Amino acid sequence: MLEASDLDCQRGGRALFRNLSFALRGGELLRVAGANGSGKTSLLKILCGLLTPDQGEVRWRGESIRRLREDYARNLVYLGHAPAVKDDLTAAENLSIACTLTGIEAPAQSVHEALARYGLPAGEVPVRKLSQGQRRRAALARLLLSQGVPLWLLDEPFAALDASAARLTEELIASHVAGGGAVAYTTHQEANIRAGVLRVVQLG
Amino acid sequence: MIAAARCIVARDLLLALRRRSDVATALLFFVIVASLFPLGVGAEPNLLRAIAPGVIWVAALLSSMLSLGRLFAADHADGTLEQMLLGAAPVGIVAAAKVLAHWLVSGLPLVAIAPLIALQYDLPAPLYGTLVLSLLLGTPVLSLIGAVGAALTLGLRGGGVLLSLLVLPLYVPVLIFGAGSVDMAAAGLSPQGQLQLLAAMLVASAAFAPWAIAAALRISTE
Amino acid sequence: MSAAIKWFWFASPQTFFPLAGTIARACWLGSALLAAAGLYVGFFVAPTDAQQGEAYRVIFIHVPAAWMSMFLYVLMAFWAALGLAFNTRLSGMMASALAPTGALFTFIALWTGALWGRPTWGAYWVWDARLTSELILLFLYLGFMALQAAIDDPRRADRAGALLAIVGVVNVPIIYYSVQWWNTLHQGASVSLMRSPSMASTMLSGMLLMALAFWLYSIAAALTRVRCIIRERE
Repeated sequence: MLEASDLDCQRGGRALFRNLSFALRGGELLRVAGANGSGKTSLLKILCGLLTPDQGEVRWRGESIRRLREDYARNLVYLGHAPAVKDDLTAAENLSIACTLTGIEAPAQSVHEALARYGLPAGEVPVRKLSQGQRRRAALARLLLSQGVPLWLLDEPFAALDASAARLTEELIASHVAGGGAVAYTTHQEANIRAGVLRVVQLG
Repeated sequence: MIAAARCIVARDLLLALRRRSDVATALLFFVIVASLFPLGVGAEPNLLRAIAPGVIWVAALLSSMLSLGRLFAADHADGTLEQMLLGAAPVGIVAAAKVLAHWLVSGLPLVAIAPLIALQYDLPAPLYGTLVLSLLLGTPVLSLIGAVGAALTLGLRGGGVLLSLLVLPLYVPVLIFGAGSVDMAAAGLSPQGQLQLLAAMLVASAAFAPWAIAAALRISTE
Repeated sequence: MSAAIKWFWFASPQTFFPLAGTIARACWLGSALLAAAGLYVGFFVAPTDAQQGEAYRVIFIHVPAAWMSMFLYVLMAFWAALGLAFNTRLSGMMASALAPTGALFTFIALWTGALWGRPTWGAYWVWDARLTSELILLFLYLGFMALQAAIDDPRRADRAGALLAIVGVVNVPIIYYSVQWWNTLHQGASVSLMRSPSMASTMLSGMLLMALAFWLYSIAAALTRVRCIIRERE
């Protein structure tokens, strides 16, 4: 489904990676490994289309993502370092906006259920008042509503999570892959995800 | 696509509602700046009546420019801008929706308050209509052009001042025709020509600015 | 096909570097010669103006500088657009290299305009259409340079500056027209490509010589600057 060919990336005058190529098919899990600063986030951003590689191209189902633009974006969920939630809105409002913006149907009931599964208070509390871990969980709750989206690109999904939330996330990723989706994620830690085919891209 | 646009406008309006003070301070700036001029040039009624259109327009321009900082910066800082760039709607539509919400919160109130300022300057009653109309046509253009500058200067040091330097030269035609229309009306001539030019600028910028803003956002978030 | 290959070969900064040096050297020389000729014509050969006396001679610097300032902005926007469209590094560098020279000519045009204005209209600065437009053009140049200076990443700086330059060039006619409408005090253009010049032919030739001198100077300065930029980045 997703093909990266000959990717070159330079940041701040340093070459992060050269001639990087790999493919990711449905039912496969891609783990991007590497030390801090080795370009994991940059690689994920290139795969999203947020960053242009200095050379090379990324293809989705055979077509360059440069040309596909929104048609490609509709097929992916990207969760970056920042939780991407507005402090002044409640977790529920944030989640339903995030879903509407990516074209996912999210009736209020499902939004509340998703947040509840991640153990978030159902009250009308602005995100500003939540802890760091709770914010991450509010962002991850989006995964529960994104089963229908083929490609998940997750940057450090397990950061700042407690054991139960981390386990839930692992299960979600595993079931998504089992269901034919593709997930690419970066992590420092060794994650135990029992899923389809595991590929590893080592950077640095 | 329409759903996404509507969602963004609603979201930004909701955020502005929750941060009312940010919005109010920009409007207060408009009033304060306009009140400074008589203190600087003296309160001679004829002089004030003559400079009123220009002063109101410059104050509106500066206030509009000040509020541009709120357009993309907050979303860029917490990561939500990236998500909007990865949304199902084309980035141009996202940009247009954000600018619309921004104008509703920062531009439209200026149009509403302007008659009060005009009252302070003892602007003759028949000119109020032209003044309001010129601001109604001109402030969206200011928001659209300003948004291009805001998108280009996203996350840079020197932020607000740099933005002013980039955007003020581009504001000049709007200022000239906006204030000029009221001056024409004051001289007893028809302001139709200038108002039509403002309308033309509005149409042109509404058509082209969103794509420039989208390109600038992509350049700035890479 | 071979023409296309040759074109893109020169688009590489490495290969362009020596070529730029050669052209620049030739242009420095040419501009010095033409400037000497132009100034000679302007200050010694051209007759004294009936109304303005000797003071009008500053026009030999003012008008060509104003022409160059506008022309260089369009050229800068052209290179910027090329850089954005074809993603060539050199085009962006050319645009950045042209900006300071363009700003310099705008500044010269403003200064000489003021020097011309004092004896002619009694004030150093009158808010007439031409000078006001030049002032706004100066702000556009400075804005471009400030934006590029504020961005650390060279690629983002080139692309952001390019977008700004394109937006600027589209607005320049609108700004010009609006300022024209706003005020028409400046004596109308006495040299125009459309109308026949209303001045002695020696004056015209003097101005054209200076214009050419400025043109060659610009090429030389821009190419020298591009070489500096190339050396800095590669």
